[in-house]
Amino acid sequence: MTDLELRGVSRWYGNVVAVNDVTMTLGPGVTGLLGPNGAGKTTLLHMMAGFLAPSRGAVTIDGAPTWRNPAIYRKLGLVNEREAVYGFLTGKEFVRASAKLHGLPDADAATRRAIALVEMADAQDRRMDTYSKGMRQRMRVAAALVHDPAVLLLDEPFNGMDPRQRMHMMELLHGLGAQGRTVLFSSHILEEVEQVSGTVQVIVAGRLAASGDYRTIRRLMTHRPHVFAIRSSDDRRLAVALMASPSVAGVTLGKDGLTVHAGDYGTFTRALPRIALDQGVRVRQLIPSDESLESVFSYLVSA
Amino acid sequence: MNMTIAWITARGLFGRRRFLLLLPMPIILIGITAVGLAANAPADELAEAVLYGLGVATILPLVSLIVGTGVLGSEIDDGTVVHILAKPIPRGRIILAKLAVAASVSAVATAVPMFVAAVMIDGVRLGLAFAAASVAGALAYSALFLALSVLTRRPVLVGLLYVVIWEGLLSNLVAGTRTVSVQHYVVRFATDLSGSAWFETTVSMAVAAVMTVVVTIAGTWLAARRLRSFSVAGETS
Repeated sequence: MTDLELRGVSRWYGNVVAVNDVTMTLGPGVTGLLGPNGAGKTTLLHMMAGFLAPSRGAVTIDGAPTWRNPAIYRKLGLVNEREAVYGFLTGKEFVRASAKLHGLPDADAATRRAIALVEMADAQDRRMDTYSKGMRQRMRVAAALVHDPAVLLLDEPFNGMDPRQRMHMMELLHGLGAQGRTVLFSSHILEEVEQVSGTVQVIVAGRLAASGDYRTIRRLMTHRPHVFAIRSSDDRRLAVALMASPSVAGVTLGKDGLTVHAGDYGTFTRALPRIALDQGVRVRQLIPSDESLESVFSYLVSA
Repeated sequence: MNMTIAWITARGLFGRRRFLLLLPMPIILIGITAVGLAANAPADELAEAVLYGLGVATILPLVSLIVGTGVLGSEIDDGTVVHILAKPIPRGRIILAKLAVAASVSAVATAVPMFVAAVMIDGVRLGLAFAAASVAGALAYSALFLALSVLTRRPVLVGLLYVVIWEGLLSNLVAGTRTVSVQHYVVRFATDLSGSAWFETTVSMAVAAVMTVVVTIAGTWLAARRLRSFSVAGETS
């Protein structure tokens, strides 16, 4: 049972605050670190992994600071976002070098076990510069797991993976969490977090915006007001009918069609086809206009 | 000293294209010596121009610069250094492994051709003197350039400035700067070991010996100290 703890952690570069007063405790199981690009996820992960000093606050694993403390890597495995590997080594040599650097008594057995875990035994004797991005990623995970760490940190681990590799990596993380390891991965994609972890830490603009059970946060996100741009065969007629629907909070009729403010995503998208059909109006275009993650996150921050 | 790190470092070094730059240098040194001898150039002039001007003042620092910044600077540049740093290994041992590889490679790459060229010019004693002096020089330069790799983001540029401006220009104009010039230590070693009167330097044997040790230890210590607080640049930086 290993806890990763952040207490009042901030990090700034000159006048730019990258991480602002974040406090969290990560225990066994899988936690997703969710946030839009540039929110400070990588900075936070680097501080957790001992590769960056907090400007203020402390990051500890079981009470020991991670900064300037190489001994911490006995308990910690890191898969960072930069996918640089020693391309001149084979996958097996790479993982085995990790095992040796950790001073493991039986480096060969640990290497075999780690490579089997990521299902890369078939490609282990190939040079790593011949690997696809997903394969490299899995070998890097194998190298990070070779010493059986209690804490595993992964920065955007699903980037560049095909759906099958993604599924496999999700199962792997799930399994590691179920074994009682503290697993944290960062992502800017909601669905990834949904499938892997029950617990999320949402970070927006360097601040911890929400934390806790995924479903609660997901509900907050889907039940926010939505804006849609609609074009149809008869905009005015559709506008009148939409205003009568309880799922719609407001309609603006413009030259380029309608802008509809819906109270709730699910109810509105189910109601629209029925209303259009009843009125005999053909919907030509339906575009959710504020679906960017940034808008989802900014809503979350203000909620 | 960590054998795994030394092994990865050596594999990385020999696998990089930059390393191929080292190959022509020994050939040029020996080739020019042969040409000079064939043209009946006086031995003292040939020694001054080839052994000192080309060997000690140019090839030794350049080879050491390419290798010394290649063992750690390149890994910092491409981010692979994180794989070594995310291990429970004291940073001093990482630096020692890097230094051992850099110094050995540079020493072999310079001492062998220097030996051959010096033997061709004057005989085995001059050859051994230059080989030994090159080994000492390679060690000091490697520690210096290894330290630069962690202290600055442009180690090759800073290293070149040191070699060209400080050693190449200033130390020939201002005698005082020779005290911190590896080039002059090497010349002093070669002169005293060979008993030859062909080369000139105002740096005494005592200063040269002490300063070679100081530069090597200080470079290693600085590099290890800096690596202890190695930061990975964040997304916002």
